[in-house]
Amino acid sequence: MVFAGLDFTAHAGRMLVLRGPNGAGKTSLLRLIAGLADPAGGTLAVEEPSLPADALLGEHVHFIAHQDAIKLHLSVAENLNFWSSFFGGGDVTGAMTAMNLAALAEFQAQRLSAGQKRRLGLARLALVEKPVWLLDEPTVGLDTASQALLADMMTRHLDGGGIIIASTHIDLPVKSSDVLDFATLGERAG
Amino acid sequence: MSSIERFANPTRFMRLQTTVQPWVWIITLALFGVGLFLGLTRAPADYQQGETVRIMYVHVPAAWSALMVYTVMAVASIIGIVFRHPLADIAAKAAAPIGAAFCFLALATGSLWGKPMWGTWWVWDARLTSMFVLLLLYLGYMAIWQAIDDPRRASRIAAIVAIVGFINVPIVKFSVDWWYSLHQPASVFRTDGPTIHPSILTPLLIMGLAYSFLFLALHLIAIRSEIGTRRIRQTELARTGALQ
Amino acid sequence: MYWILPRLANGPVEMMPAFKSVVARDFTLAIRQGGSIGTAIGFFLTVIVLLPLGLGPDQQLLQRIAPGALWIALLLSVLLSADRLYQTDHDDGSLEIMALSSTPLEVVVLAKASVHWLTSGLPLAIAAPVFGFLLNLDTALIVPLGIAMVTGSVALSLLASLGAAITVGLRQGGLLVSLLVLPLYVPVMIFGVLASSGAQSGIDNSATALIILVAIVLAALVVTPFASAAALRSYMR
Repeated sequence: MVFAGLDFTAHAGRMLVLRGPNGAGKTSLLRLIAGLADPAGGTLAVEEPSLPADALLGEHVHFIAHQDAIKLHLSVAENLNFWSSFFGGGDVTGAMTAMNLAALAEFQAQRLSAGQKRRLGLARLALVEKPVWLLDEPTVGLDTASQALLADMMTRHLDGGGIIIASTHIDLPVKSSDVLDFATLGERAG
Repeated sequence: MSSIERFANPTRFMRLQTTVQPWVWIITLALFGVGLFLGLTRAPADYQQGETVRIMYVHVPAAWSALMVYTVMAVASIIGIVFRHPLADIAAKAAAPIGAAFCFLALATGSLWGKPMWGTWWVWDARLTSMFVLLLLYLGYMAIWQAIDDPRRASRIAAIVAIVGFINVPIVKFSVDWWYSLHQPASVFRTDGPTIHPSILTPLLIMGLAYSFLFLALHLIAIRSEIGTRRIRQTELARTGALQ
Repeated sequence: MYWILPRLANGPVEMMPAFKSVVARDFTLAIRQGGSIGTAIGFFLTVIVLLPLGLGPDQQLLQRIAPGALWIALLLSVLLSADRLYQTDHDDGSLEIMALSSTPLEVVVLAKASVHWLTSGLPLAIAAPVFGFLLNLDTALIVPLGIAMVTGSVALSLLASLGAAITVGLRQGGLLVSLLVLPLYVPVMIFGVLASSGAQSGIDNSATALIILVAIVLAALVVTPFASAAALRSYMR
């Protein structure tokens, strides 16, 4: 059991920021919400009239993990094309523009720098529309310019009524965010 | 489900096991006593094979039990995978080494029997070959438990292995029978056919029952020790967690 | 319960685009990375070379064991070539992203196994009878051996991919995969050899054996995607 006594709500159009030291369980919580892990106890409810309350978010979720889920032997465009056709259609050019990858389109992913790879991983967010974004340390390896691009993308998503739950150490210039601090949580759980 | 509820069932099992265990041992020993006495002294020797035919009373029930234990393991795995019952996972894991031992016993006694019967220690007879594959399935199942550290993950993967293996067993049996009928050597041991004299059948069945109870006795102990091991690990985890 | 069953979407799901996209991607990767089929054929030849070295160069003996020996070499090569089938997708997080879609993981598994068959199983199954001349294979057996191997290799690829899925998160793959999968190969090999040996052992059972081999392939086609997907899901949580 990583954490107990957790109680929070993520609202449409708002970002929930997870804060806490390493090993506090931020990643575990995100995986749990995505449906990639089973809770040992507790419930996760979706308040969306079109979905049953116990629906698994799964396919309605964009999950940005530590790995970028890119194939090194495919070009930037091919990587995005694959995910686009896998999800049944997406905006590849839009995604490349959003993360400023257009100039790199024909480069093989193995020739990208760590930050560029991260951008390619994040471009998936703009590729296919999904209401819930779960971002695990999305800014790792990003320079200030790319962080701004990410923040723009996140703001657009929130303005469209989306939900973002993100664990991050950096204050992204995204308005309307709530904070869930794991550091104060331990005391409550104990 | 809270972790306390998770262990409620194993706790009930522990209580039951303590009460039942001595009786299971008594029945096991009694059955072995009667079965071995009848098989080794009262049953007739074979007119061709002489006294060596008595290996059968150890060999055949061991082979039966090896198959039975694999079935138990597969059923426990299905229950574990579908209903997430922790005791079922533990029961499947605990059954494997016992089944493997029965399987090995069947192979070893088959080999011992082969020496006087066929003149060599090992013959690729259809039954021995199927048993051999069964032993490999047991070993693979146990290797998976060894290889995966996280017990929850291990139980799921091992259950998949057990179920796929269970589907495989009859297919292997069928293929090996087919294979053997085509490669059968000229002089071969013929089974006595469907009619076995009661003086042979009775001790054989008693021995089969004795093996079943032996399995039950060993299985109960193995489950108990597995539950104990997990509780120790749980306590240790809780302690290291508190240190953070 | 959820993790063992494929995710049931709210309506009928178009699975073909996802299937096709995985096939196309893996095919491109296999061609671009190259080498893997070359390595597999090299391994196949190594096993074949070891046989006469171990058994002696007796032409009659080699001819007699040729179909079985070729089958053993084939199943070992197919098995080991699938060893890392899910590894990169697991390590780089692609599998998780694929699991977070309306496409059941079973479809992904089937797509990846298909590509493995196309890029490893099938080429090996075609090459194996041709290399039969190294073992003095009866030329009349080349065609039946080829038919049986192409058929049987489907099951070999599927079962090998199951082994790869079961061991995807583990450090030591190879030996464990062999221990787990080779017992599952027993029926494929028995009927494969029977289907390819023609009238060698008296009566000609090869037609019946081929039909049974097809049945085994179909059974593998039904069981392995579910088992593999369940295994992959277990490694994700």
